Amino acid sequence: MILTAENLTVTRGGIPVLEGLHFTLPPGKALVLRGPNGIGKTTLLRTVAGLQPPFAGTLSGAGERVAYAAHADGLKTTLSVEENLAFWARVFGLSQIDPALDAYQLDGLRNRAAGQLSAGQKRRLGLARLMVTGRPVWVLDEPTVSLDRDAVAMFADAVRAHLNDGGSALIATHIDLGLDGDALDVTPFKARQPDAADFDEVFL
Amino acid sequence: MIALFKRDLALSIRAGGGFGLGLAFFLIVVTLVPFGVGPQSELLARIAPGILWLGALLACLLSLDRILALDWEDGSLDLLATAPLPMEGIVSVKALAHWVTTGLPLVLAAPVFGVLLNLPEGGFLWLTLSLALGTPALSVIGTFGAALTVGLKRGGLLMSLLVLPLYVPTLIFGAEVARRGALGMAVETPLMMLAGISLAVIALLPFASAAVLRVNLR
Repeated sequence: MILTAENLTVTRGGIPVLEGLHFTLPPGKALVLRGPNGIGKTTLLRTVAGLQPPFAGTLSGAGERVAYAAHADGLKTTLSVEENLAFWARVFGLSQIDPALDAYQLDGLRNRAAGQLSAGQKRRLGLARLMVTGRPVWVLDEPTVSLDRDAVAMFADAVRAHLNDGGSALIATHIDLGLDGDALDVTPFKARQPDAADFDEVFL
Repeated sequence: MIALFKRDLALSIRAGGGFGLGLAFFLIVVTLVPFGVGPQSELLARIAPGILWLGALLACLLSLDRILALDWEDGSLDLLATAPLPMEGIVSVKALAHWVTTGLPLVLAAPVFGVLLNLPEGGFLWLTLSLALGTPALSVIGTFGAALTVGLKRGGLLMSLLVLPLYVPTLIFGAEVARRGALGMAVETPLMMLAGISLAVIALLPFASAAVLRVNLR
């Protein structure tokens, strides 16, 4: 199934930030979103993840097929690495967490409390969560923040393996991961700001 | 769902989880009252049901802002919202976990604390029963308040202001059951009202909490 956005407009706080977006994301491909800070990449990803409805346009092939990874990793600091991952696996109805631990070399940290991990290790655990969701479309917001060079390679390998299995990935990132797919610069889709005169913020 | 429930229980008993906080607060409130009103045992016996109910209610209120705020801060609420769990289920499970970690210990401890306030002998059963029936409503209403204020920095005080008026019916009928029980009067009417409030709240409010949470996550 192809993820398709047609004439999509997304809003933040009731104000359109990106409008008229068109893109398609077939299985086995990655789509990298580019654009300056504050352009609305996170808002677009949250819309695709289903956390907010599109303001206009249509979005198909998303919803229950999406696994979302935000800036925050959603880790519980008092639970161990294994418990954190096993929790998300159970929420998504899966039980196997070892491949995910192996892919991000977290095996040796299994029993460490997540609160005692370094920033990069936390991020790796947050990304390993995607592998226990079993969802075909990964929606990733700046996934490589605080990762070192080796960990970025681990991440790129994990995404490549996911694409080879017929999955797809929508990634907002500023670095080149060497993935099979296109890049989409969202800058031209920046929404016109509404005219202040006929703008009634009470009804937002 | 069960995974979420187990996780919330595990989090609450680990370091910084706040398990027992409500209970300790309840104990302190109950022991402070005799200092405030003086050691007249007849007066204490008369106000004991009301004080115990009020103490349990405030102890419940104390831990409400942990229900959703912690999950919101570390991003797991966003991830839970995109997980295959219905939002109504998430808020119900969270309310249940809150009741098991906060409400249930209060119910079990209340008879012991009743001794400190010279609660009349006949009142123990009815006090425990009324708390057992009423505290689930406190947790569910509290979860609604937590959903309303999730995402607000230091929203705890605002949440208390929103939640306390909603606690009034539960408090009125709960304390009435305990008071009538302590005096040896018939308790059926307030008991049924209390049970009715709890059941209605448990049945309906999760839908409101889920709707509010969806709006707050946008």
